[in-house]
Amino acid sequence: MSDTITYKLSSQDFKVTNPVKWCAGCGGFSVLSAVQNALPEVTEEKNKVVFVSGIGCSSRFPYYINTYGFHSLHGRAMPIASGIKAANPDIQVWLVTGDGDSMAIGGNHFIHLIRRNLDINVLIFNNKIYGLTKGQYSPTTPKGSKTKTSPDGTIENAFNPGELAMGAQGTFFARVVDTDPKMMKEVFIKAAKHKGTSIVEVLENCVIFNNHVHEDITGKDVKNEHQIYLEHGKPMIFGNERDKGLMIVNNRMEVVKIGENGITEKDILVHDAKCSNPNVHFMLARLKRPEYPVAMGVIRSYDCTVYEDMLTDQVEYAKANSKIKNMDDLLNSGSVFEIE
Amino acid sequence: MTKKNIIELEEVVVKFAGDSGDGMQLTGTQFSDNSALFGNDLSTFPDYPSEIRAPQGTVSGVSGFQVHIGNKEIKTPGDLADVLVAMNPAALKTNMKWVKQGATIIIDIDNFDNKSYKKAEFIDDPLSDGTLDGFNIVKAPISSLTRATVNDLALGIDNKTADKTKNQFVMGMLYWLFNRDINIGLDFIKDKFAKKPDLVKANLEVLKAGFNYAETIEAMSTTFMVNPLKNRKGKFRNITGNVATAWGLIAASERSGLPLFLGSYPITPATEILQELSNMKKLGVKTFQAEDEIAGICSAIGASFAGHLAATSTSGPGLALKSEAIGLAVITELPIVIVNVQRSGPATGLPTKPEQGDLLQALYGRNGESPCIVVAATTPAKCYDFAFIAAKLSVEHMTPVILLTDGYIANGSELMPIRPIAEFPEIIPPKVKDNDENYRPYLRDEEKLSRFWAFPGQDGLRHRVGGLEKSNITGEVSHDPYNHEDMVVIREQKVQRVANFIPEQEVLGEESGDLLVVGWGGTYGALSSAVLDLQNEGKSISLAQFSYIKPLPKNTEEVFSKFKRIVVCELNLGQFKSYLQSQYPQFDYLQYNKIQGLPFLISELKEKFNQILEEK
Ligand code: SF4
Repeated sequence: MSDTITYKLSSQDFKVTNPVKWCAGCGGFSVLSAVQNALPEVTEEKNKVVFVSGIGCSSRFPYYINTYGFHSLHGRAMPIASGIKAANPDIQVWLVTGDGDSMAIGGNHFIHLIRRNLDINVLIFNNKIYGLTKGQYSPTTPKGSKTKTSPDGTIENAFNPGELAMGAQGTFFARVVDTDPKMMKEVFIKAAKHKGTSIVEVLENCVIFNNHVHEDITGKDVKNEHQIYLEHGKPMIFGNERDKGLMIVNNRMEVVKIGENGITEKDILVHDAKCSNPNVHFMLARLKRPEYPVAMGVIRSYDCTVYEDMLTDQVEYAKANSKIKNMDDLLNSGSVFEIE
Repeated sequence: MTKKNIIELEEVVVKFAGDSGDGMQLTGTQFSDNSALFGNDLSTFPDYPSEIRAPQGTVSGVSGFQVHIGNKEIKTPGDLADVLVAMNPAALKTNMKWVKQGATIIIDIDNFDNKSYKKAEFIDDPLSDGTLDGFNIVKAPISSLTRATVNDLALGIDNKTADKTKNQFVMGMLYWLFNRDINIGLDFIKDKFAKKPDLVKANLEVLKAGFNYAETIEAMSTTFMVNPLKNRKGKFRNITGNVATAWGLIAASERSGLPLFLGSYPITPATEILQELSNMKKLGVKTFQAEDEIAGICSAIGASFAGHLAATSTSGPGLALKSEAIGLAVITELPIVIVNVQRSGPATGLPTKPEQGDLLQALYGRNGESPCIVVAATTPAKCYDFAFIAAKLSVEHMTPVILLTDGYIANGSELMPIRPIAEFPEIIPPKVKDNDENYRPYLRDEEKLSRFWAFPGQDGLRHRVGGLEKSNITGEVSHDPYNHEDMVVIREQKVQRVANFIPEQEVLGEESGDLLVVGWGGTYGALSSAVLDLQNEGKSISLAQFSYIKPLPKNTEEVFSKFKRIVVCELNLGQFKSYLQSQYPQFDYLQYNKIQGLPFLISELKEKFNQILEEK
């Protein structure tokens, strides 16, 4: 088992010999291999990587990747990962969760993880359904959907993970689809490199309980028209002919056609993922079919202080500036009564 | 000047009571520190109002502080007060029932008018309706004399600020009453207001004014002397149970070489543990104030996985919320100390009042077969030792430990002897060396049955833990029915085998006799005081106060077998009794219970024990 690093890691290093037990055709497989492909680009030591998960189909992930792993409790991966990172900031922490695990039972932990901005990379497998319990609606299931627990259609509004992330002062939000390995790898690398909590929503297909749920976005024939891949510093252009773009008109996002009504490429909004003000990122995260294409890629990536660094700084400062260096000093400090 | 008449006493209980703003907590602390410096033993208990800012002068706004001092070992803050300081009618009203017949009651007469009686909901004037007959009432114009003293200094201090020095007037009176050296009080003030010379001056003058006033009045011509405790030497500090708990964890961190991580959520009466440790970054302590109780323990479990000494602190409702995560620590076999400062329940119950109602929750309150080591601290100072022991057992046996204290010992204080940390045993975490070829996540120590501890970041020890059942040794997920049964049994036995590593149960008094009083945890002060008193009266009575609850000490059965009768006393409906009954059904257990959000009184215990001893 000795494996001191003398060579650059490859995706092979992160594979396990045990069988991966998702259903055949589950979107999880492509996400797993994209993560295995991305990891060699963002770490030199697999012994310093931990995958933490909650409960659900996606949360089996730590068993399928050759790093340290913690498969925890339903909804509680966020605080467990926070404890690992706060205790040992040298560890690269990844967190794999689902729409139920992170937005329902773990909703409270989700927003507080983001608010604290610990450097943790979160992958939300959003298949908009409960898979492991076999087909009940989740907090991201579109209103009106018929599921086992909503035979007459859900009467709940759905969460959009991006809105929640930014509402919680998220510093990084990205969205990818499980059908695009190149996009996933690229975005996972960016998420890992971002210092702070990185939320990546993976639109994942559950072949068993919610097949084709993302088809209108991911379908081969529609994807170029129905997705817009955002890159920092580049104009927001999309479409089969790359002739459509986004502009803000009267404080609203609008889809415009380049070449029509005097609009040129120069008029198209240029993506600024690093801007501290999240207003435009909010608008982008909210873009919905059929009026708009759905925004993909890194929507927000803003650099800000992270929790564990500030904690470490406070500890180091206190250590350096206190006369109390150990327990004996502490016991003998302040009011001590000596009886002779 | 009146002639001074000094009465020597073995012990005295003083209760300070007033409005939240009257500084009674500070006065109480000042008086205890002074007593400790003088050489008395002591025990204190603060009595906070349940409302944060209740209207001034009302009963719900009364804040109190009780100090019990003596020239002998003092084990409780005392049943009833010998001296009561009541800064207003509401303070008098709430505390009258806790005062001894004939006690000295010092009141601030300036606050005893019809308006204040109304606020305190007195129908008649308590000063003239006979309420105070049989007491030595000192009607002192504390407010007006304080203001006058401060105004005379002409320092430009406004009345509001002047009023805040009232407590020093009281202090001065007590220094006179207890024949104390006033100069020791002066130092306390100089330290306290070091940055504000005007306030030092004002406080000092008020303190002297109080002393001089007491000297002149007839009602205080009889004074008390509580001599220093004999045969006690060394260094001590006055410490509350919560601070002692926090410090015990730091001591364990130092003796184990593991950095301390506390993940917690504020909850009465456990919050001070989080606060205290948040102020201990200087010793490398990391605290994480989580969004809720669940996140508190989960963050600590994460830190434990990462190789820290992990702890979480809470009270009953929080323990309930943490139960699933405790199960996770049980099945992942990761060390963590869960401190539960018990309060009255269920639900929110009486959140500031003590009770021992969480014993069965600590033992059994989780899904599945989920054994934890359970220990209970007995006194404020012993919280230090038991926090240390809890951490040692948890780390060395790789399993969660629940440490039970309660609101009474957590907020109460007593003198703790200062012992060098080197006198405490070393804590040896079962760490694994990098690249150990033989490491398997659930390989076990043969003696303890505990697994070994490898942390993320270590080379060549990659493994996964989790809430799903694992195969013994390899740690692979396993649904095998026999493996599950094996693992359940191993986890239980691992905890049972801790009995080989803990001391035997001690008995206070003779090892056999008519009556064995059995208690556990924070009732030690009252139970031992009552038992010792009866022993001195020649009664055949002993005490076994349990701190190791799960597992029980190995000699428990033997201890029980030597007494004609056993009475289990606890602040609940009989939880320890039913636990003992399940472990040792061969004995008959009498029980004595109290569930009033109040500690046992020594007097009521003695009455009960005498009654049992008489029934033959
Ligand atoms: S139920 Fe759905 S999400 Fe779960 S493994 Fe099967 S396909 Fe994947």
